[in-house]
Amino acid sequence: MTALATFNLALRALQRNKLRSLLTMLGIVIGVGAVVAMVGIGNGAKAQVEAQIATLGQNVILIFPGSSFSGGVQSGSGGVGTLKLEDAKAIADEVPGVVAVSPGTRVTSQLGFGNQNWSTSVAGEAPEYFDIRQWEIVGGAGFTEQDVRAAAKVAVIGATVAKQLFGEEEPIGQIMRVRNVPFQVIGVLKPKGTSIMGSDQDDVVVVPYSTVMKRLSGITNLRMISVQCVSEERTQAVVNGITDLMRQRHRLGQDRENDFMVRSQQEIAEMATATSKVLRLLLGAIASVSLVVGGIGIMNIMLVSVTERTREIGIRIALGAHGADILKQFLIEAVTLSSLGGLIGILLGLGTSTLLSRFAGWPTLTSINAIIIAFLFSAAVGVFFGLYPAKKAAALDPIDALRYE
Amino acid sequence: MALQNRLQIPWAAPQCARVRTCGPKIPMSPVIQLEHVWKTYRSADVELHAVRDVSLKIERGEFVAIMGASGSGKSTMMNILGCLDKPTQGRFLLDGCDVSTLDRDGLADIRNQKVGFVFQGFNLLTRTSALENVELPMMYSRGSLGSREMRKRAEAALAMVGLSNRADHHPNQLSGGQQQRVAIARALVNQPALLLADEPTGNLDSKTSIEIMDVFQTLNEQGITIVMVTHEHDIAQYNKRCIVMRDGVVRSDSPVVDRLDAKTQHAALENA
Repeated sequence: MTALATFNLALRALQRNKLRSLLTMLGIVIGVGAVVAMVGIGNGAKAQVEAQIATLGQNVILIFPGSSFSGGVQSGSGGVGTLKLEDAKAIADEVPGVVAVSPGTRVTSQLGFGNQNWSTSVAGEAPEYFDIRQWEIVGGAGFTEQDVRAAAKVAVIGATVAKQLFGEEEPIGQIMRVRNVPFQVIGVLKPKGTSIMGSDQDDVVVVPYSTVMKRLSGITNLRMISVQCVSEERTQAVVNGITDLMRQRHRLGQDRENDFMVRSQQEIAEMATATSKVLRLLLGAIASVSLVVGGIGIMNIMLVSVTERTREIGIRIALGAHGADILKQFLIEAVTLSSLGGLIGILLGLGTSTLLSRFAGWPTLTSINAIIIAFLFSAAVGVFFGLYPAKKAAALDPIDALRYE
Repeated sequence: MALQNRLQIPWAAPQCARVRTCGPKIPMSPVIQLEHVWKTYRSADVELHAVRDVSLKIERGEFVAIMGASGSGKSTMMNILGCLDKPTQGRFLLDGCDVSTLDRDGLADIRNQKVGFVFQGFNLLTRTSALENVELPMMYSRGSLGSREMRKRAEAALAMVGLSNRADHHPNQLSGGQQQRVAIARALVNQPALLLADEPTGNLDSKTSIEIMDVFQTLNEQGITIVMVTHEHDIAQYNKRCIVMRDGVVRSDSPVVDRLDAKTQHAALENA
């Protein structure tokens, strides 16, 4: 019997029991639908996180102060100022593969302009900071090395600060107060949006680090060093180089832990996506379970079908059908059932993720690969769970089968 | 009933070569040749000989009834002749081909090409049109026939049994007699060497039984070899030769005397 004739036969057999076929398919429909929807949601979340990671800059390595140990006292991480300006300078000079370094310090300050005021974080950075973070200045300009040396009272402000403090007014050239120290606004940053941690990255004022140290807080410890690495491939080497240099500079012996933390952008990305990865895995596992349950449903119905149609099988064998013909007939029936369920499931999953993104505002990203894999998997479920009933049918003895009532 | 006129076989007789498992064919061999055939069933430690040392020849064009009480071994004989079962011992040549050595698929091919089955319970596929039921054996023929050719042959076979106008009816829309005619058309469609009927009138009333016997007699007159199993003496009377079995052996094997003609019987019934 030709493949087409066998397929037609399977379709007709399924049509004869429409409700039963539909109910049997339901397990696969839900399974595949869940897989497609979940992968869509997972990918959407992942893409969102990745977009946020990208706002960090390119090939960025961040160094934070860690916990230190002195005189038998272990401080908490970030508790002690272990990062010095000299560390940043040494990294820039001595570690190969480093393109730019910006020592960073932070103070929270009250800003004032006219009768407006706004509390925000003031970041002291080097001029390279804007390059490292690939942060475009849309109005005015950034500060220079000259400004750093002079501890100039100049500021580049984020979009949120510009809006809150200046409203409709043009901020460039205006004098605003930072802790009652007058600063000239020389640039406005392009909006970056929310960070991975959920904070507003545009709610910031960037000034030369020397200005923060000398004119605002007097603290000379660094809160962070931003480093740009020459390429993604060299990142790990640069991280190792920085770690070795820092251990050496901080005179840490073999038995001492690092008193600083070095994080590459990839590591931060991995940390940020780790939770969503676990979540996706979990949802995928649940969806797979429902696919397997659907497969068992198909097997069950196929077994019933083989028993019901024992006489038909007997007739076919008596008239010259080989075991392989019968096997094909029932296998194709099972696969048709499961792949049809898979197709409906794909539509259902796409519909669900579209609805979720439209009404719940979840970012969803449909993956063609996930759809193809889900479809092939549903077909494979049909083969796997259809094989036993089909084999049972093919092995029937025609004499017994013809006598079956 | 002018059945003869319609009984034109429109396509070439099948070649033995179409059956891949069949050995070289002996020309002009008997349709059935049983040589010391035994069939033994073993259950636990009891041996049951359903057929004991039966040797039998049925020539082309014969019309044979196999009779016997239940347990006489006639059903086992039927299964062996129909290649549904293999003899435990002995040789069985069907149309010159030794089938005793064939495997499951080989037997299936022989059944498909050389045997046409007519069952007591018709055994048509339900919810499938008469035409598609008749096409079924061709679906399993290894030589590939086009769907148009299959349709043509199925229509011709239905015409032979006078059911052209019922081609798209489903079995449940047909009377018992009509269903059995569809089954006969199905049995004939692959031009078998042997038409094997198992109690073909068992589920039919006497008038319809005569009609079916008329179909068989007409087919036989066209040269088709027919073997039927029956326990009804009056049905056996329409045959040419009668074999009676008891306890697995052939008790008697004789030509039918006072053979009945279905057409006369039918006419007599109509006039009565």
